[in-house]
Amino acid sequence: MLRRTFAALTVSAISTIAAPLVAQDGEAIRIGEINHFKRMAAFAEPYRKGYEMAVEEVNAAGGIDGRPIEVIFRDDQGEPGEAIRIAEELMTREGTVMITGSILSNVGLAISSLADRQGWVYLASEPLADALVWSEGNPWTFRLRASTYMQAAMLAEEAAKTDAIRYATIAPNYAYGNDAVAAFKEVLTELKPEVEFVVEQWPQLFQIDAGAEVQALERAKPDAIYNVTFGPDLAKFVREGGDRGLFDGREVFGLLSGEPEYLEPLGPEAPEGWVVTGYPWYAFDDRPNAEFVSAYETRWDETPKNGSLVGYMTGLSVAAALREADSLEPDAIRAAFEGLSVTGPVGEVIYREIDNQATMGAFVGTTAVEDGQGVMVDWSYRDGADYLPDDETVSERRPSE
Amino acid sequence: MGPILAQILTGLANAGALFMVASGLSLIFGVTRIVNFAHGSFYMLGAYIGWTLMQVLPGSFGFWSAILLAGIAVGAIGAFVEIVILRRVYAAPELFQLVATFGVILIVQDLALMIWGPQDLLGPRAPGLRGVVRILGEPVPKYDLALIAITPLVALALWALITRTRFGILVRAATQDREMVGALGVNQRWLFTGTFALGCALAGLGGALQLPKGGADLLMDFTILTSVFVVVVVGGMGSLPGAYLASVLISVVGVFGVTFLPQSTLALTFVVMVAVLMWRPFGLLGREEVAGEMGQVGPPEDPIRPAGWPVRVGVALALVVLAALPLYGSGFAVILATDILIFCLFAASLHFLLGQAGLVSFGHAAFYGGGAYAAALLVRHAGAPMELALLLAPLSAGLLALGIGFVALRASGVYFAMLTLAFAQLLWSLVWQGGAFTGGSDGLVGIWPARWADPNAIFYLLTFALCVGGILMLRHAAHAPFGYALRAARDNAPRAAASGLDVRRLQWAAFTFAGAMAGLAGGLFVFAKGSVFPNELEIARSFDALIVVFLGGVKTLSGGWVGGAVFEAGVDWLTRFEYWRLTLGLVVLFIVTIAPQGIVGTARAFWARVQR
Repeated sequence: MLRRTFAALTVSAISTIAAPLVAQDGEAIRIGEINHFKRMAAFAEPYRKGYEMAVEEVNAAGGIDGRPIEVIFRDDQGEPGEAIRIAEELMTREGTVMITGSILSNVGLAISSLADRQGWVYLASEPLADALVWSEGNPWTFRLRASTYMQAAMLAEEAAKTDAIRYATIAPNYAYGNDAVAAFKEVLTELKPEVEFVVEQWPQLFQIDAGAEVQALERAKPDAIYNVTFGPDLAKFVREGGDRGLFDGREVFGLLSGEPEYLEPLGPEAPEGWVVTGYPWYAFDDRPNAEFVSAYETRWDETPKNGSLVGYMTGLSVAAALREADSLEPDAIRAAFEGLSVTGPVGEVIYREIDNQATMGAFVGTTAVEDGQGVMVDWSYRDGADYLPDDETVSERRPSE
Repeated sequence: MGPILAQILTGLANAGALFMVASGLSLIFGVTRIVNFAHGSFYMLGAYIGWTLMQVLPGSFGFWSAILLAGIAVGAIGAFVEIVILRRVYAAPELFQLVATFGVILIVQDLALMIWGPQDLLGPRAPGLRGVVRILGEPVPKYDLALIAITPLVALALWALITRTRFGILVRAATQDREMVGALGVNQRWLFTGTFALGCALAGLGGALQLPKGGADLLMDFTILTSVFVVVVVGGMGSLPGAYLASVLISVVGVFGVTFLPQSTLALTFVVMVAVLMWRPFGLLGREEVAGEMGQVGPPEDPIRPAGWPVRVGVALALVVLAALPLYGSGFAVILATDILIFCLFAASLHFLLGQAGLVSFGHAAFYGGGAYAAALLVRHAGAPMELALLLAPLSAGLLALGIGFVALRASGVYFAMLTLAFAQLLWSLVWQGGAFTGGSDGLVGIWPARWADPNAIFYLLTFALCVGGILMLRHAAHAPFGYALRAARDNAPRAAASGLDVRRLQWAAFTFAGAMAGLAGGLFVFAKGSVFPNELEIARSFDALIVVFLGGVKTLSGGWVGGAVFEAGVDWLTRFEYWRLTLGLVVLFIVTIAPQGIVGTARAFWARVQR
């Protein structure tokens, strides 16, 4: 018993207690957030800050019918098994009404499987795996961020506009890399049947041998390169490729390469002229996006990352669903998420009834270096709804419904 | 010709950092017999410290002195760790020190996050060495050429240090026979400190030297660790020329693998390692281990006795209380207890292998994950019911252990440990690349217990029965003639063989038995979690079990499950804190220094003193 009391104390010590700025009478509505705050700190921290900011705003505006939202943040060490246990604890002991979170796809898939079995709502905010809403999709799991397929399709559309015929791909050797290459190939060959893929490189995640990979790509003499590597792998690849002239006179398409999480660490050595998906927070002059950026900078005294936007949208989505739901029962929340419309900085996002995927899009643009920093130029926001397969294909890929 | 030459040059450049880190690990092991799991952390520290210094020190001179200073700084940190922590645990059973180094890993991870922040740092360029030169028309980065030149220089300097100086003579003597060196009046303490610091300095140097080719990030400690282990083992533990040869071999093979078999990047190094060890069981230039008593140094162990009646009654009562948990515990307590029980069985199976057979496996996750995947695959592809899957999980894992044991038991000691690691990694890469069959990194999901066992309380009772049954079976085996024969083989293999025991077959049987038990734990894990991912086959999982066994106490019968229960419950509780890795690391170090016999061993010693 002592143990349990102590555990409860520590939980409240690390979780954010909603600050009720407006007089509220109701008891807090608790949401469980599971993420890899330590193992993937560079991605999870901005996400958490965006999430917290959204919750603060919702609570300041009166919460959900007078009840504030309280989010309990828990670290799963990036282990699916741990995440499952934490989800059980949150839902059975902490009294949370739904689960959100995860960046790693395997953790997201594990939680989604549990959610399906227990009848709990899970909003997979950041994991990208297509399987989450398609092959392993279930009625209880919703996904916010634009999936691998959607982002690859956006780049494939850009690629089809160029003259390049011979493509080389380089992607980390795991499910995300495989999905990203498969989707790019699928969409690009549909748009432009004459393209050929001359070489596929599969470095091990975070253990890229960049020199050798660049040599192997060069050997195939492609017209264009499709890059899926990210993080430290991307830095090494960009360096070796730049030094060895791999990118000279070639079109390069980089999945996620424009996200500040990946572009900023490269500093002045950021690649130039790559067509990428990302988040150009520095270049907004339209109101909702710019307002979010300045509010975020005021609140946290740092610039937002892509994760910040996703975290913020997660908070807004949760609030919208709770407002919509008739009760706090899982089934009511699930019903509320079906077809739910959320308006955030990037505009309206709809959680599709057909596959529980949100239509949140991504920004596509070209990289450049300005003032010693990599940025996206000539960018535009692409609505996710336009980059999903037709309903028939989706139904085929989602056997559960 | 040009492209081939360019590729060889890439391989040679890659070998640079790898050699420095590996030679450090090799030196440390040769003299102190410590398998330093934290070596990757020192490499990471070298990168971060080097990066910081390069921001301050200007120009070419600043760049190179930053690298040198990073090496020195990391060496000093290494000396500190040795003096404050490792010195206190040299008397502990061999390999116990790796638990301490595990604590260091956790602490360094959190400290690096605190000091340098979560974002990746891009390594500064070497002044004047940016860009490429053309060799036979092929672009070769200038810094690659610098690395190719520096590495042999460092190797030569090391060689001169080892062959030409008094320190080197002592290091060589200690590598051969450290007791004799001590008996001859050499102050071993400072020799150990000096070697450990030198090894760490080399790791730091390697970390700083690779900065212009990449940078510093928080995951680099673990990502380099496996390659370094492979290099050290392929070259021969304790051999510097071997480490150089192996790092060149592994790097060059890697480069050609990337070009001609792009999918092979995960498995290739381990294939090379298995092949070399099959051909030369002690690595390319290694020598047969003289002191081969893994985990069995120190005072002789008391013969084990069956527990007396009071203990038996006590245990039975405790088990009844535990079995009744669903009646009084919360829903979450039942789930947590299920997880703990599964982990206890896994730990107990490794503990049996270590304690009874004296075989240290660094790849026990192969059987845990193997059992888990066997169960999951049977359900997924053959539609097997849970009962059948749970029956076949230990059988499949046992079969796997039978096969791996056949090869791995050709080697002994640390080489055996490294072979098990290599096989576990091979299995991991097989599953990782298994496409739709194994689900790759997306794993297999939606594998839940049969309807009757679906309620958490029922599944808990099932787990309870199987895990407690498994642990009791392992205990029983220790008391059976099989256990006596195993301990005889462990304590003195030649004498056991002379008494007519087939040592190899005994060890093989123990390996298979332990593997099957780990497989049972893995099978239960799948149904408890409803899914399985390659994480269950990772090195981290093998290490978890190893740490737990040492924490619990190798030379006790209950060290495995006690360590497992304490660790699993402790981690579940600690992860609620912000800096839980730092805290866990400190707790591990604390236990290691005050209780070098492990929790159970120290408690028993304490009890014996009280009774007297």
